[in-house]
Amino acid sequence: MATTSDVPNASFRLSMLIYDTRYRAITIQVVVLILFGLALAWLLNNTAQNLAVKGKQFDYTFLGSRAGYDITQALIPYTNDSSHFRALLVGLINTLVLALIGCILATFVGVTAGVLRLSKNWVVARLMTVYVEIFRNIPLLLWILFIFVPLTELTQPPSAFKLTEAMIAAGEEPVATMKLDHTVAFTNRGTYMPFPVLEHSVPAIPGVPVNATFLVIVLVLAGSFYANARIVMAARSVQEATGVRPTTWWKSLLVLFGPIAVLLAALGFHLNYPVPPTGFNFKGGFVVPHPFLALLVALTLYTGAFIAEIVRAGILAISRGQTEAAYALGLRPNRTMNLVILPQALRVIIPPLISQYLNLTKNTSLGIAVSYMDLRGTLGGVTLNQTGRELECMLLMMGIYLTISLIISTLMNFYNNSVRLKER
Amino acid sequence: MNEVIERAVDTSKMQVSDEVAVQITGMNKWYGTFHVLRDINMTVRKGERIVICGPSGSGKSTLIRCINRLEEHQKGQIIVDGTELTSDVKNIDKVRSEVGMVFQHFNLFPHLTILENCTLAPIWVRKTPKKEAEEVAMHFLHKVKIPEQALKFPGQLSGGQQQRVAIARSLCMKPRIMLFDEPTSALDPEMIKEVLDTMISLAEEGMTMLCVTHEMGFAQAVANRVIFMDQGQIVEQNEPREFFTNPKSDRTKLFLSQILGH
Amino acid sequence: MTDTFVRVAMLPPELPPASQRGAIKWMRENLFSSITNGALTVIGVVVVYMILSSVTPWLWHSVWNAGSESECRAIVEAKFGPGATGACWAVINERWPQYMFGLYPNDLYWRPTLAAVILLVAAAPVLFLSLPRQLLWVTILFPAIAFYLLWGGTIWAPVSAMLGFVVMGLAYRILLPMVGVTVAGSLGFVAACLWWLFLSGFVSDTLASILPLALRPVDSDSFGGFLLAFVIGVTAISFSLPLGLLLALGRQSNMLIVKTLCVGFIEFIRGVPLITLLFTAALLLGYFLPPETKFDLILKVIILVTFFAAAYLAEVIRGGLAALPRGQYEAADALGLDYWRAQRLIIMPQALKISIPGIVSTFIGLFKDTTLVTFVGLFDPLKGVTTFVRADSNWKAIYWEPYIFVGAIFFVICFGMSRYSMYLEKKLKTDHH
Repeated sequence: MATTSDVPNASFRLSMLIYDTRYRAITIQVVVLILFGLALAWLLNNTAQNLAVKGKQFDYTFLGSRAGYDITQALIPYTNDSSHFRALLVGLINTLVLALIGCILATFVGVTAGVLRLSKNWVVARLMTVYVEIFRNIPLLLWILFIFVPLTELTQPPSAFKLTEAMIAAGEEPVATMKLDHTVAFTNRGTYMPFPVLEHSVPAIPGVPVNATFLVIVLVLAGSFYANARIVMAARSVQEATGVRPTTWWKSLLVLFGPIAVLLAALGFHLNYPVPPTGFNFKGGFVVPHPFLALLVALTLYTGAFIAEIVRAGILAISRGQTEAAYALGLRPNRTMNLVILPQALRVIIPPLISQYLNLTKNTSLGIAVSYMDLRGTLGGVTLNQTGRELECMLLMMGIYLTISLIISTLMNFYNNSVRLKER
Repeated sequence: MNEVIERAVDTSKMQVSDEVAVQITGMNKWYGTFHVLRDINMTVRKGERIVICGPSGSGKSTLIRCINRLEEHQKGQIIVDGTELTSDVKNIDKVRSEVGMVFQHFNLFPHLTILENCTLAPIWVRKTPKKEAEEVAMHFLHKVKIPEQALKFPGQLSGGQQQRVAIARSLCMKPRIMLFDEPTSALDPEMIKEVLDTMISLAEEGMTMLCVTHEMGFAQAVANRVIFMDQGQIVEQNEPREFFTNPKSDRTKLFLSQILGH
Repeated sequence: MTDTFVRVAMLPPELPPASQRGAIKWMRENLFSSITNGALTVIGVVVVYMILSSVTPWLWHSVWNAGSESECRAIVEAKFGPGATGACWAVINERWPQYMFGLYPNDLYWRPTLAAVILLVAAAPVLFLSLPRQLLWVTILFPAIAFYLLWGGTIWAPVSAMLGFVVMGLAYRILLPMVGVTVAGSLGFVAACLWWLFLSGFVSDTLASILPLALRPVDSDSFGGFLLAFVIGVTAISFSLPLGLLLALGRQSNMLIVKTLCVGFIEFIRGVPLITLLFTAALLLGYFLPPETKFDLILKVIILVTFFAAAYLAEVIRGGLAALPRGQYEAADALGLDYWRAQRLIIMPQALKISIPGIVSTFIGLFKDTTLVTFVGLFDPLKGVTTFVRADSNWKAIYWEPYIFVGAIFFVICFGMSRYSMYLEKKLKTDHH
């Protein structure tokens, strides 16, 4: 008996394309798609024409040919005889290494500053506010240059640190001295720093390609973490059975740090300090190139300021009511923090934190200001200029950055979905 | 039975005409594969005051939300004041400007003052001059007894006041039909009364009203028909006295015993 | 039995005990509430002392008038003894025109200065809602005025370009009653494009030949310093907001194709560093446009920076949209408002209000990022001008001063913006008693 309106009316009128909710969306989308297609075709056509005018081909075979330039900071074997693709990899690794160390340090700085900014201590809270506001409101490029320019132009060559017998006899001082209790030397070639070394090494195990010392250290650490996990689990089961949680912190400390300390001592662990030169260069130590140091410090402090704000906002976002409710239940402040505040604050903090990691990763491309040989410096810099393949290099470079970003944000979405509060 | 209705209701203007306000025929609706509304047939005449009740999840809110197409029905026909609701945008706009709706959570616009809330639709949809729209708005704010709040923001008002503003906001469009979607469920007891009072005086003026509500006192005092829904279907409808004293269906009896029996 | 009690004399209010008030109480609570806290205070004070003790003398010995860095040093040593160091602000004193205007012709400095003053007038009604609305006319006309003042040439070019918007508005007005907002808007846009492509040049040429009204033309290449930062920043800020709004709406839309395109654009832009986009502007835009097109580098950079900011804004605004309760959309629908009216009157005002902090910090980021244009050869205040100044043998040994100067200006502007956003948030707050 019911007349149904679920079939389109027989009398289809053209005006329904605009006025009927069923067709309107389709109409708009078709129009948008056509326009997009036209624009895309226009761009591609222009590109083809421009390539033809310049007599260029679009291909990536140049990646296989000899790069012919040197890279000072190469973490995988590389010479100027290597291919452009190899140079790309070196650059990519430099980008990732800088980003990774930067993220770790920035998190440390940011969390510290964020928590201290909330502290009841007036002096420290103000100090942190000043730090955060200054770094957030001044361009990153300025911080990079502010560190890099004096580092390269105000420093002396390593030979200036030389202290000869003749100078001692004459009572002369060397031109430049090492800083921080004679452990670090800022020279115009880079910064010389102490470097951890092992006196002895574990003999190689036949048939295992991995460095045996490294393997042993990793195994000991893994064992410690496992033992600690067991201790915590045991404590929990005791708590569940009896209601009283046994004290575990000293056992944890012992298990976590004891074995590795013993192992390192047995292997003769010590720091290798840079020694002022008798000839032209420092002996020992580890040289950090200026571009890397300047970028790392600037990125850390700059991103740290943003992270501090995120941490602060995250902790503040947990309403007072939550703390009061926990106190009213009789939880002590540190348990309140661990069981109530932090789990909720992390939910708020982690998404923007990861987007700061993304920003830091993208900001490593500012290495251009100090000629850091990252992905942009190799693929988008020297390779691009030498081969003249702007289109190919730029597209590939953007593709790689995009891939890194998408990987990070996919991980973030997984995390977000897994911790989302279950709500109706 | 319900202490919130204190005054005598003036029924002199409550006349049901023969003219049809809403005609629903064979209407069905699904959320995905879930059949929320099943073969709804109902006719609302001008001047009728209908109360729809039923357990939660019975589809009563969905039903009245279909009447101004906040929800789309997939099968059947809804004709509001002579206009059939189809996917045609013009028809939808026409129906919406003639049907007022009051929500459970008021849904006032928090960034606008009370007065602006009331004049927004008349100005932008009805193209009324601003001055006239404000006069109309003040008239209705007087009617719901909060003219002095006109320049405040919704966040500064109590729940009951907000709901009365929401009613005034709908009235400013001079609607022929008013829909109420659980207007008092989000309110404290002492505020329920002021909102119900407003609704009663609206009924006394002959407004066609469809109310989803659990206020059985209101239903007895004002409604000329009570509809009981369960599992997406109309289970029983009757005039209030008969409905409450002599329910026919077992489901209705069970429901009434649950909400009145305490 | 019960204890009965009747108060005979009321107690007057008293001050808290000495240990609970004044400076002592404040210090106990804020500096030395615990051992850790006390230690932190000491460390904090030491850090402040170390920073101040190394920076204060240097600032105290500032030199404002000198011809070169060595002269500066001589003055400091003469005044404060050998070995004393001091800031040499003389470099800023001598070179500030370059920091402000780049290589803009000396005799025409009044033009960017006037444009800056008009910018203040134009921005005022947007920033402060209590100002008379008539001032908005200055805002609307500002792009044309600023273009005319900065680049010079005939006045008819910007006027004719502005007429394009008038054409768009007229077409929209005429078409609106016949077709919906979407169609009228798009057709209006098409009409404006037709005007700009085919008629605008002709109209301005004709008018110019009748009545030139021309200022001396200035080439884009001579733009630099904060003038450049402001040209890029202000233009990109004003265009990125509407674009970001549209992208956010597109991303929220339930039309799959529109949504996919918007998501693709936003994620692409947000996934790559700004520098690569600037290089795209400088190197690749030439490939994508017809072979004979000549395009100003500044314009290309502005377009890419606008896209960049728009993608970030779209995400910020999307957050604001998502935070709005569904009831708001439903109430707007129930009142009979159509999509665009509901967006304009109900949804956007609230979504934008929620997103103010995010929007402003995107703007701050954008303004800071204008320094990156140095890498495509533009003359930005931070690296471009400073490198140029230090190329002069007189100022070769200057290290910190230019950066401190430029940094201070950036700080004032960006900090000002963030304070403004706090002010605005507070002012627009209506949901509390």
